[in-house]
Amino acid sequence: MDAKIPAGPLSEKWSNYKSHARLVNPANRKKMSVIVVGTGLAGASAAASLAEQGYKIKSFCFQDAARRAHSVAAQGGVNACKNYKNDGDSIYRMFYDTIKGGDFRSREANVYRLAECSASLIDQSVAQGVPFAREYGGYLNNRSFGGVQVSRTFYARGQTGQQLLLGAYQALMRQVNTGRVSLHTRHEMLDLIVIDGKAKGILARNLETGEIERHAADAVILATGGYGKIYYLSTLAMGCNASAIWRAHKKGAYMAGVSWIQIHPTCLPQSGEHQSKLTLMSESLRNDGRIWVPLKADDNRNPNDIPENERDYYLERRYPAFGNLAPRDISSRAAKERIDTGHGVGVMKNAVCLDFSKAIKEQGEKVIEEKYGNLFSMYEKITGINAYKQPMLISPAAHFTMGGLWVDYTLMTNIPGLFALGEANFSDHGANRLGANSLLQACVDGYFIAPYTIPDYLAGELKAEKITTDHPAFDEAEKKAKQQLNNFLSVKGKLSADYFHKTLGKLLYDKCGLARNKKGLEEAIEEIRNLQQQFYRELNITGDDKVNTELEKAGRLADYLELAELMCEDALSREESCGAHFREEFQTPEGEAIRNDKDFCYVSAWEWNGADQPHILHKEPLLFESVELTVRSYK
Amino acid sequence: MKSTQIQKILMALTGFFLCIFLVIHLLGNLQLLLPAEKAKTSFNWYSHFLSGNILIKIIEILLFVSVAAHIVYALILTLNAKKANGQKYVYDRRGTASKWYSRNMGMLGSLILLFLIIHLKDFWYQYKFTDLPIDEQGYKDLYSIVIEAYRQWWYVLIYLAGIVALGFHLLHGFFSAARTLGVYNPKYVKGFRIFGWLYTGIITAGFMIIPVYIHLTII
Amino acid sequence: MKIFLKIWRQETREAKGEMKNYVLDDVTEDMSFLSMLDLLNEKLIAAGERVVEFDHDCREGICGQCGVMINGQAHGPLPHVTTCQLHMRSFNNGDTIYVEPFRAKSFPVIRDLKIDRSSFDRMIQAGGYISASTGQAPEANSIPISHKTAEAAFDSAACIGCGACVATCKNSSAALFVSAKITHLVLLPQGKIEADERVRKMIAQMNEEGFGHCSNTEACEVECPQQISVLNIARMNWEFNKGGFL
Repeated sequence: MDAKIPAGPLSEKWSNYKSHARLVNPANRKKMSVIVVGTGLAGASAAASLAEQGYKIKSFCFQDAARRAHSVAAQGGVNACKNYKNDGDSIYRMFYDTIKGGDFRSREANVYRLAECSASLIDQSVAQGVPFAREYGGYLNNRSFGGVQVSRTFYARGQTGQQLLLGAYQALMRQVNTGRVSLHTRHEMLDLIVIDGKAKGILARNLETGEIERHAADAVILATGGYGKIYYLSTLAMGCNASAIWRAHKKGAYMAGVSWIQIHPTCLPQSGEHQSKLTLMSESLRNDGRIWVPLKADDNRNPNDIPENERDYYLERRYPAFGNLAPRDISSRAAKERIDTGHGVGVMKNAVCLDFSKAIKEQGEKVIEEKYGNLFSMYEKITGINAYKQPMLISPAAHFTMGGLWVDYTLMTNIPGLFALGEANFSDHGANRLGANSLLQACVDGYFIAPYTIPDYLAGELKAEKITTDHPAFDEAEKKAKQQLNNFLSVKGKLSADYFHKTLGKLLYDKCGLARNKKGLEEAIEEIRNLQQQFYRELNITGDDKVNTELEKAGRLADYLELAELMCEDALSREESCGAHFREEFQTPEGEAIRNDKDFCYVSAWEWNGADQPHILHKEPLLFESVELTVRSYK
Repeated sequence: MKSTQIQKILMALTGFFLCIFLVIHLLGNLQLLLPAEKAKTSFNWYSHFLSGNILIKIIEILLFVSVAAHIVYALILTLNAKKANGQKYVYDRRGTASKWYSRNMGMLGSLILLFLIIHLKDFWYQYKFTDLPIDEQGYKDLYSIVIEAYRQWWYVLIYLAGIVALGFHLLHGFFSAARTLGVYNPKYVKGFRIFGWLYTGIITAGFMIIPVYIHLTII
Repeated sequence: MKIFLKIWRQETREAKGEMKNYVLDDVTEDMSFLSMLDLLNEKLIAAGERVVEFDHDCREGICGQCGVMINGQAHGPLPHVTTCQLHMRSFNNGDTIYVEPFRAKSFPVIRDLKIDRSSFDRMIQAGGYISASTGQAPEANSIPISHKTAEAAFDSAACIGCGACVATCKNSSAALFVSAKITHLVLLPQGKIEADERVRKMIAQMNEEGFGHCSNTEACEVECPQQISVLNIARMNWEFNKGGFL
């Protein structure tokens, strides 16, 4: 496993790389083509930036427009160590916060580069017209977020992701207008074309006509986001999927950190069997809300009727120093523990109370309304409950995947010519992501890293033979893809794709979610295999092979079912607790995580070895030269 | 001129021009409220003055051109919008989101046009192209024609209906034209809106008072 | 509760569509409108029928992909919400609900409730951006922007591109969508430089796409999930007139 980390001191690695990266002559650039799958922050920014340099880009997304990718939904903000507040922020401090937040399971060099490029991202976005919050003097405002001690989070109200994405989308549209980018919306990637060991194109399905299209290129970028939707109930968009990266994985690309999935503590609980989505409520609510459950298990009283002495403020009790502001993974886990022991509230007994009565008493309803008015009205819109009068009910929900395709320092997977950007790769967040770092990573990958590393790769491909779409590799891939689609349509069983998705999601949430253990994971693998068999036996897809949401779902689910098994496999093999990965066997008597740096200070990169064959584990050791490994404690 | 944006501007400009005309027309008509003898002398003199003035002739032509352009562009835009709409909704309650008169400017405009035809035929055409009795000053006696017309209660009703249609047309048209010309600053937007209300109120009230007053005083 | 549905079904862009009747017995109040459609689709699958195709993605009101006419109103009876944020508690047991796609010539129906809004993309392509290539940006704080200006720009930039404004407009005008982008960019010093060209090109593209004119009924603002103000349209008109016509 060669991560190709450049030589030199940590702070000079990226400059060294940039100074020595190969270039492509401007006259040659228009002869080189790159496929970019996904039009979220990472995809759109990479496609636009490369097109600006003069390369021919083909951009794909499954949504009806490039502006709809799920980056749009990020609320909180984007981190950058501008040190505008003169509060001691620096590249090193940001690097350290990120690597510690990731529980020391990410690469030093990558994380340092992320911090290093963060400042330029704010410059770039402002130039594009992103309306970040401003102070009255006209300078950029920022705030402290996610428990760090400095203010480095830039924001555009509660819609930072939307505004950053529109900036990238507009840059992309500008390039579409120049003719350098051809845009393919309502297209889904079905397979990666690998020829002589190099990524040379993709197979995509036009989701309107059903036609299977062949696209050849000199390099392929996958910027297809995370796969948290595997849990079915999550904060993700309905269409978020793992299919692009999983199909690349089956063509030889390694998957890393597969089971590291962040579960966000403050989401709206499931309220009925037919729910499809758990909406995220901003974490900022925890600044004034107190989290509690009834002391008595199976308490059916209305939360307002439960007297003070019968309430268990479990976060304040367990983590007196941080209380209700304990980090995401810790508060999610604590909530699940209470819910599992029967202390949950709400119709489905699956939530905990987030209570503002004390804050309202102390600060007045007006102040609380100023701070959180929009969130309270959103809560009322969805649940019909007035949170000024009753505690909010919240529960944890799957949110972000730290894992993804393994990439080296240049964001290239182990398949030459195949790059993975943004949430689709595993690289920067280790075992746990810090708030407001996901927008940053997606943008930095697309605006500042890929525009150097991809030309470096393409420079070596100038003389390579041009692949055309009549290459036998396309024939073979198309044959397989058609076979799979026909297969889905012809099973004609009794159960819908959603049934399998919901079943899989529940199973994973219980056994490979917030807390995992050996027995549960082994059971889960067994159950997933059974579910997979049932899927191919009893699936029912109605309709034709043209516009057919159900057919799309089936393809994504087939991949999820395989990925789910690897998730459990990954979680099983990592016999330690780190970040989002909490193995019940590895905890202190007080229930805190025990990380094992002696045996597990590596990245697990898994190689596909054929269906029905176990994955092969490759280990990329993590070497820490600039930081000392410490225990993450929030007591 | 194929741009709907430019067609809209022409609608706004011709609309505003017609708005100015309405003010002058009303001011002239207010003479009808004077005591009968005085009103007759004054009004007939005024009518004579208007018909003989070259400047007024030019304005008259401009008025006809404006009305024509306003109608033609309204038709072009409406037809274009019809095309833009494509298939109709099976169940359509979009109207709940806006004021009825803002959605029915074409209908209101057609009513105004109908009224205008009657109005022009009865007064303008008669004055210009027929032999009217001559008053003491030696001018055509339009005053008596007007009084005679307003003696009929049904004629007053038609007149009132026409003015009401005009009122609603103005209520939306005035502020809509300001928008089209680009009044975007909230302060000015409010100013125009209030001015538009006042303008519409005064114009409609003024034109409605005249026939009613005459009808009642004659009886 | 029991809900009677009348839903537009149409096979292809060219095909003739029609309203079809469905009945759901087990709708609950806490269901979102789209969950209710999911439930219907589950039943259709069980009956071996093709599901009702509808666009949706984030289901939290920000991606702009969902959007249908519900009982003749864009995104349903509540003001300023997307279809995904509408819940069944807004309806009563026994109600009949008409569900149709957003209709406009420039939004052709693909199948059932799915429509093609690529005309919106093409209008942005025509000029809805600031020409700042990656790597050119100066230090962010070298362009001070007043708090008020930044907030106003945000108000316009908040548009999610759902198309409810077009759907609800009696003229199928895209003025609100186009003007929101024009205003967002013209308010910022970075965006002023290209303002004249931008407004000209975007309006030309709007005509090219076949959208109708704006007659200022203001219905679009009422239905807009992001409450984009109609004053954006006035601002667009001003910029257009200033740039070329006047």
